[in-house]
Amino acid sequence: MIRAIPFSYTLRNLWTRRLTTLLTAGGMALVVFVFAAVQMLDTGLRQSLIATGQPDNVHVTRRGAGAEISSIVERAQAAVVETQPEIAIGAGGLGLVSKEVVVLITLPKRDSGVATNVTARGVGTAGFALRPQLRVLEGRAFQPGASEVMIGASIARRFDGAAVGSQLRFGGREWQVVGHFEAKGSAYDSEVWADAEQLQQAFRRNAWSSVVARLVDPALLPALKARLEGDPRLTLDVKSEREFFEEQSKALSNFISYLGLTLSVIFSVGAMIGAAITMYAAVATRTAEIGTLRALGFRRSSILAGFLLEAVLLGLVGGICGVALASLMQFIQISTLNWQSFSELAFSFTLTPRIVATSLLFAVLMGLVGGFLPAVRAARLGIVDALRAA
Amino acid sequence: MPQSELAVSIHHLVKSYHRGGQVVPVLSDITLDIAAGEFVALMGPSGSGKSTLLNLIAGIDRPDSGELRVCGTDIMALNEAELADWRAGHVGFIFQFYNLMPVLTAFENVELPLLLTGLGARDRRERVGVALNMVGLSDRVDHYPSELSGGQQQRVAIARAIITDPEILVADEPTGDLDRVSAEDILGLMERMNQELGKTIIMVTHDPHAAQRARLLKHLDKGVLVD
Ligand SMILES: Nc1ncnc2c1ncn2[C@@H]1O[C@H](COP(=O)(O)OP(=O)(O)OP(=O)(O)O)[C@@H](O)[C@H]1O
Ligand SMILES: [Mg+2]
Repeated sequence: MIRAIPFSYTLRNLWTRRLTTLLTAGGMALVVFVFAAVQMLDTGLRQSLIATGQPDNVHVTRRGAGAEISSIVERAQAAVVETQPEIAIGAGGLGLVSKEVVVLITLPKRDSGVATNVTARGVGTAGFALRPQLRVLEGRAFQPGASEVMIGASIARRFDGAAVGSQLRFGGREWQVVGHFEAKGSAYDSEVWADAEQLQQAFRRNAWSSVVARLVDPALLPALKARLEGDPRLTLDVKSEREFFEEQSKALSNFISYLGLTLSVIFSVGAMIGAAITMYAAVATRTAEIGTLRALGFRRSSILAGFLLEAVLLGLVGGICGVALASLMQFIQISTLNWQSFSELAFSFTLTPRIVATSLLFAVLMGLVGGFLPAVRAARLGIVDALRAA
Repeated sequence: MPQSELAVSIHHLVKSYHRGGQVVPVLSDITLDIAAGEFVALMGPSGSGKSTLLNLIAGIDRPDSGELRVCGTDIMALNEAELADWRAGHVGFIFQFYNLMPVLTAFENVELPLLLTGLGARDRRERVGVALNMVGLSDRVDHYPSELSGGQQQRVAIARAIITDPEILVADEPTGDLDRVSAEDILGLMERMNQELGKTIIMVTHDPHAAQRARLLKHLDKGVLVD
C-alpha cells in the first residue's frame, strides 16, 4: 500500500506560497536557461557545420590520422582508391576524385601583424565539382599548373596581402592571389586553395594527404568502406563527408559543452541553495503539520517523500520556465568565429527533444539535491516536539 | 477486570526528558487501567505531565520503563513504522488547536487518515460524508479551515479522529481554545462518540466544566496519579 501524502497537499502548498515558489523556481529557471541554451548553441553549430558536407562525398585519410594535416596517403594507395567501382564518373570520363595535399603555411594577421598558421589545400581538377557549396566571390579560380591561389572568405578578411592581385610567399615561392571564395561557413572558408601538383612540388611532398571522391550513390558507402578499410595493404580510413566534418567540429563542440556544463554546475549551486532555503522555511512553518501527519500514522518515509516531491516540483517549474525561455532563442540567428578554423559561422540555437529532456532532468536534480537536507530534517522531527511547534 | 476489556493498561510507567545532560523526571511510576468504552478526564496543574502521559498512551512518545498496553497491544515492543501503522488503526487525535491542514478542505482533512487504509476513493467519499454529517458539517464539505470557526474546525478534527473507526480517542485540551458555547458543543459531540459509538476517550483538560462531562476523573500532580 502506498502511504503517500496526498499530491494536492504538496501542490497547494507550493501554490499557497506562490511568490516564494516563483522566485525560487525563477533562480533555477535561469540556470536551466543557460544549461539548455549552451546545448542548443552546440547543436546549432554542429548542425550548420555538418550541413555543409555532401551526403555522397567520401574522405579517405590514413587510418588513425585524426586530421588531414597529419595524414599521408601514398600515391599507390590513392591509385587503388581512384579505381573503385563505387566512384562516380564526371565530365570527360574521369572519376570524380580529388587527390589533395594539406599543409600549414604562415600568414601575417592584418590587425596585429602576428604570423598565424593557415591551412593550405592543394586540390585536383575535380576538387571544385566535389564542393558545390563553394562559390567564387571575387576574381576567378586558379589555373591548373600555375602558381596561383584562391583564398577563403574569412581568411581574406583577416590576413594581409590576401587581396586579389597581390602576391603571397610560402613554400619557397611567390603565389598570385587570383580569387576569393566562400563555402557556407564550412572549414574551407578559412583555407587557401591551390593546384595540388603545384603545392606538392613546392613542399616537396610525394604523397597525398587525403583523397576526396563522389559516390555513384551514398548507399554504396558501407561497401566501399568495408573493402578499403579491410584491405591490409591500404591502412586507410573511409568516411562520409558529414562524418568527416562532424569529427572536425568535435573540438569546438566539446569546448562549448564543457564550458556550458561548468557554468551550469557553478550557477546551479546558487539555485540549489535557494531551493534549500525555501524548503527549510517550508519545513519550519509546517512543523506542526508534519507532527500531525506523523501522529495520524504517516511514516517518516512518507514525510521525506512528500517534501522531496515538493522540491522536485519546484525544480520542474523552474525547468519548464527555463526551457520555455531557451526556446525563444531559436528565433535568434547568430554569426560567430569558428575557433578551430577561424571562419565565420552562421548558425541558430537549435532545440531538440533531447535537450528538453536533459534540461528538465537537470532541473529535477537541482530540486532533489536542494530539497534533500530539508526533507531529511522534516522526516527526522520528533512527533511530540513537532506538535509543540503549533 | 479481564485484559480484553481494558483499553489501556499501564504498570509502573516512568518517563523523563533529557535536557542538556540533565534528566528531568516527568512521570514517575504511573499505574493505571482504563476500561474499554470509558470517558476519562485527566486533570492537574500545568507541567504535571498530563500531555506526556496522553502522548505515551497514543503512541507518539516512548516511555523509559514500565508496561504499556493499549487496545491489547504492547506498543513498547513496536518499531517506529509498526507504531505508525498501529496509530493509524487504533487512535484518533483531537488537538487543542485542531491541527487541520490549512491547504486541504474539510472533506480532504477528514479523508487524510483513510489514505492509510486500503479503501477505494468511492468508499472513502461515502465514509467522509457520513462523518461530516455526524458532526453537523455537511454544508461545509468544501470549506478550508480558514473559512471555518474554531468550533467548526474542532468538529472537522473530531470527524477526522473517528473516520478510521479507532477504539481510542485522545484529546489534549480539546476546548482550550474555544468559547463557552463552542466548548459545550464539542463536549456534547465527544459524549456522543463515547455513548453512541462506544469510543474510549481520554481527555486532558484544565476546565472543571469539561471534566464533569467525563465519567471518570484522574488527577496528576508532579508526575504522580493522586487519586
Ligand atoms: N521535550 C521536552 N524536553 C524537556 N522537558 C519536557 C519536554 N516535554 C515536556 N517537558 C517537561 O515535562 C513536564 C510535563 O510536561 P507536559 O507537557 O506533560 O505537562 P502538562 O501537564 O501537559 O502541562 P500543561 O497543562 O501546561 O499542558 C514539564 O515540566 C515540561 O517542562
Ligand atoms: Mg499539556
